[in-house]
Amino acid sequence: MDIALIGRIIPVFVQAAWTTVQLSLLSLVLGLAVAALIAGLRLSHLAVLRFIGTAYVSVFRGTPALLQIFLLYFGGPQIGIQLEPFAAGAIALGLNIAAYMAESIRGGVLSVDRGQMEAARSLGFGEGQSMRWIVLPQAAKLMIRPLGVNAVALVKGTALVATISVVELTYTAQRFIGSTYKPFEIFAVTAVLYMIMVYGLTLVIDRLDRAYAEEA
Amino acid sequence: MTDVRPMIEVRGARKFFGPLEVLKGIDFSVARGQIVAVIGPSGSGKSTLLRSINHLETLDGGEVWLDGVKVNQTLPRRAFEKHINSVRQQMGMVFQHFNLFPHLSVAENIAIAPMKLKGMAKVDARALALKMLDKVGLADKIDAFPARLSGGQKQRVAIARALAMQPKVMLFDEATSALDPELVDEVNLVMKQLAAEHMTMVIVTHEMRFAAEVADRVIFMADGAVVEEGKPDDLFRNPVQERTRSFLKKFLNG
Repeated sequence: MDIALIGRIIPVFVQAAWTTVQLSLLSLVLGLAVAALIAGLRLSHLAVLRFIGTAYVSVFRGTPALLQIFLLYFGGPQIGIQLEPFAAGAIALGLNIAAYMAESIRGGVLSVDRGQMEAARSLGFGEGQSMRWIVLPQAAKLMIRPLGVNAVALVKGTALVATISVVELTYTAQRFIGSTYKPFEIFAVTAVLYMIMVYGLTLVIDRLDRAYAEEA
Repeated sequence: MTDVRPMIEVRGARKFFGPLEVLKGIDFSVARGQIVAVIGPSGSGKSTLLRSINHLETLDGGEVWLDGVKVNQTLPRRAFEKHINSVRQQMGMVFQHFNLFPHLSVAENIAIAPMKLKGMAKVDARALALKMLDKVGLADKIDAFPARLSGGQKQRVAIARALAMQPKVMLFDEATSALDPELVDEVNLVMKQLAAEHMTMVIVTHEMRFAAEVADRVIFMADGAVVEEGKPDDLFRNPVQERTRSFLKKFLNG
């Protein structure tokens, strides 16, 4: 075990982990926005909108995330979409996790008792108003855990963009192994850093969950 | 027919659930200030009938009128939404399972519709909530959350919530069926009080004694049709139809 090596690489690896955090946050924001839209489509009265939402989820859940990243980064230029590795990675990861998050959001909405919508409608609220004031606030609480699971999967999934040379944690690890031939030390440090990030994220999720639980 | 138009009028109401005809052409009307109780065995269609009055169920045939306005009009989607929302503001509905909003306090449960739908200021809406809670004897619970209330208290808040919109009619869908027996009276008392204030009410109920006490008219339904209707005294003491007799007998013996 080369302790000195670990001490030397840590600053660089923390820097790389920060890139992973940024990548995760960006994909998360994009993912949530797209997921809200897709969940809305999936819950629509209109069959054609429901179909679009379902198709989105099927495509993005039904194909490997790695392939989606390749398709955007390598295939994109062919159809006029030329992106930097970081941008391509963030977008591909965001679009991918959106499919899973859309299902978490939809599940939350569907878990709210039907009587809530009926009671709101019976008071004279329109459908959108009932969603906004009555159903969604209750659904939000039910979504936090499943969305948290999605977010954790996303953080770990960012490792995939190492394959398109985004200089994040896993890519950095591979590069250092090439020059030092100490895969054990380097992957161990890398794993610890991922665990710290995921642990931090679960703390945030727990806190959100508790905050919502206290409200009612 | 009197010269006063009825508050609620249902004509030829028909409704199918798949191949099953749950309403087989129902006609009835409720005059202003009148209290009608609808009784009948489970599956007779009485709840479906009540729910179709405020369009929570869509009729497959027939008409529903509220105070001279046709409820189930044929309109483009958006126009109908607007129409039905305004109609529903004039009809209070009380559900078997209360359906209070668990994420809102008692005050907010009552105030949210007047605030969001009538643009009432928050202070005024809270004052209104307090007034409505006073009516149902729960002023001290104004800042409680629904989870902290007993079933009877929940239902009384649900009634207060409906009343806050100052509806022309109140619809009760088995309002006491989900309550523990000892909590039924407090809810019935509130309903009787409303009756004394001449609120127009349609009450779907399993409680014959309460129906007899409070209703001006009782409708007995079975298999999606009105079998018999009349004043409570007549219908309960001297039912004409065999079907009514056997239903009441089962009830009195059970």
